[in-house]
Amino acid sequence: MSKKITIEPLTRVEGHGKVTVHLDDNNNVTQTRLHIVEFRGFERFIQGRPYWEAPVLVQRLCGICPVSHHLAAAKAMDVIVGAGTGDGLTPVAEKMRRLMHYGQVFQSHVLHFFHLVSPDLLFGINANPTIRNIIGVAMEHKDLAVQGVMMRKFGQEIIKATAGKKIHGTGAIPGGINKNLSIEERDHFLKGKDPLNVDKMIEWSLGAIEFFKNYQSKNSELIDNMAAFPSNHLSLVRKDGAMDLYHGVIRAVDANGKKILHDVDPQDYLDYIGEEVKSWTYMKFPFLTEYGKDKGWYRVGPLARLNTVDFIPSPLAQKEFEIYKAYTKGKPNNMSMHTHWARLIEVLHSAEMMKKLLNDPDLQNDNLETKGNKVYEGIGLLEAPRGTLFHHYRINDQDLIEMANLIVSTTNNNTPMNKAVEMVAKEQMNGHTIITEPMMNAVEVAIRAYDPCLSCATHALGKMPLEISLYNRNNQLIDRKRK
Amino acid sequence: MADIINFTIDGKECVAEKGTLILQAAQENDIYIPTLCNYEGVKPQGSCRICTIKTNGQFVTACTTPVADGMEIENNTEEINDLRKSIIELLFVEGNHFCPACEMSGDCELQALAYRFQMMVPRFTFQFPKREIDARNPKILMDSNRCIRCKRCIRAIKDEKERSIFAFHGRGRNIEVHIDPDLGSKLTDELAERSVTICPVGAILPREKGFRTPIGQRKFDHEPIGSEYKY
Ligand code: SF4
Ligand code: FES
Repeated sequence: MSKKITIEPLTRVEGHGKVTVHLDDNNNVTQTRLHIVEFRGFERFIQGRPYWEAPVLVQRLCGICPVSHHLAAAKAMDVIVGAGTGDGLTPVAEKMRRLMHYGQVFQSHVLHFFHLVSPDLLFGINANPTIRNIIGVAMEHKDLAVQGVMMRKFGQEIIKATAGKKIHGTGAIPGGINKNLSIEERDHFLKGKDPLNVDKMIEWSLGAIEFFKNYQSKNSELIDNMAAFPSNHLSLVRKDGAMDLYHGVIRAVDANGKKILHDVDPQDYLDYIGEEVKSWTYMKFPFLTEYGKDKGWYRVGPLARLNTVDFIPSPLAQKEFEIYKAYTKGKPNNMSMHTHWARLIEVLHSAEMMKKLLNDPDLQNDNLETKGNKVYEGIGLLEAPRGTLFHHYRINDQDLIEMANLIVSTTNNNTPMNKAVEMVAKEQMNGHTIITEPMMNAVEVAIRAYDPCLSCATHALGKMPLEISLYNRNNQLIDRKRK
Repeated sequence: MADIINFTIDGKECVAEKGTLILQAAQENDIYIPTLCNYEGVKPQGSCRICTIKTNGQFVTACTTPVADGMEIENNTEEINDLRKSIIELLFVEGNHFCPACEMSGDCELQALAYRFQMMVPRFTFQFPKREIDARNPKILMDSNRCIRCKRCIRAIKDEKERSIFAFHGRGRNIEVHIDPDLGSKLTDELAERSVTICPVGAILPREKGFRTPIGQRKFDHEPIGSEYKY
């Protein structure tokens, strides 16, 4: 008799999902699935709307990294208004957008690490959930909690200065940006009173990396092995192989570091990437068409990016990158939990890039917009905090959107997250008929490494009840536990 | 010399020239009465009722009623403001007003009134009417999802022969403002721009110009609608 165990909802991932685990007659795990609510609605919702609404409208599909959607849509619209595919904007427009994006990556990564991950690290993944949350961190590790809050605030203020609002702003317009950065705004970030200035942000970012390295060296068993599995990795990279979170060419490497997608133009993504539909979830499964559905799936996000790029174009992050790379002897890092390490290196990189941009006088320029010959189709890609984000639109000759296709980061990571859950489930649940709290915690922690934005629901700081349902082969509920 | 008359609004002593409409008289005395269908320079029609005031136990529209000597007017009272709020709520539920993605957000009079009268959730049921954008005109788009049928466009935008370029189409709750198919081509750049400005909401949209004003520089970003009046 096979049994089905359902774990839901996940706590401390953005939104919620549920996990089902199928057992066979010998109580071995035969199949696991992570069910995620997907955003297909937006692709319909936007149809028939004027194209210039897209950057403002689609960002509403996420309350955590709306800037990524705002900018990916704006990049697609740049193509449509004839402002080129990434190199046609005026310097101030491109740089304001980059500043917005680094502010966004910074705050999103910080939120994830300090608020969602640090409780697991500080208290252990099996600690009582009433302590294992950001409030617990605030009580026992005040410095860290304060840093998390202030760093997030800094990133959000950068977003506000570039997009007009901390959440769901309007800065990027097709072919440009609607404002530049005033000297006062700039100085606020460069010379702001401690801790709200960019130098402090760099210092704290370095501190967070140290914290993680220290933790990893003491807990390498857990960090290195939990949900580690080989995979392909995909991201945008700058043409010269540097990390570039805002624009680049698409590169993928396999688990050994061999290039399997050779720096292709994002406008051609459909030639290389397919999406598989499965009956049990609305979320699609993207893959590299050349390698097929079974071998072509890939990871995106911080772990993937640090595997695809050749170097990081900011000095302090580059130094940390070298240490990170040395740990795997230059080979790709396939350890899911090392995503946290990679993410923190990106936090540092974002802080350094913000500083560089803030010091750039182009940001005070007034030449905000470019326009060329209109075309009817546009594609915009960027590296969102959680990984590569694809926006693709077609418009009609009345300027109304006819078709939209979005592949969000979490969708790109669909197969890897399912893999991670499967690994942990097999490890923890084989031979058991009851789910214990450590088992559930392990599954959650593995998923959380990918920082999935499962929907826009809020998470309830560890207070959200967990529910486990146990089904037999005929899908009859035979047991249910809640906490 | 014109006749000067005395009246009060919420107890405040006011003066105006005889024959002045209550709305204008209030404004001359630095008192705010909200408006929607009314537009300076366009003949008032009193259709939206947002400017409703109470005098002598009667509700009347301030934009169409002349002030009279000795009139005692109730304006900024709980009863009247709730009435106004309910009108705003009705307008919201009757159309599809998705402010977050609207390029007129921050410049929209309906949205600004909703803020001023502190609308939270409408007390009426959303209708979710099915309406489409008409994007055939080369200069402007009509999004009737947001139209509140104030007729400001119909009354104000005319060709050189004084013919209205915008017109009502259909009946009852399905009524929509359309661009007259024959006169649409007469829409000059100036008229197109004026129609966008005159529309209190985001129902008449300029082509390819949305979101150019940064947040913080839009009409109602810093002060509620009507803040130019002291009372
Ligand atoms: S289109 Fe605008 S101005 Fe014309 S009736 Fe509708 S809301 Fe009023
Ligand atoms: S403003 Fe007076 S009725 Fe509309």
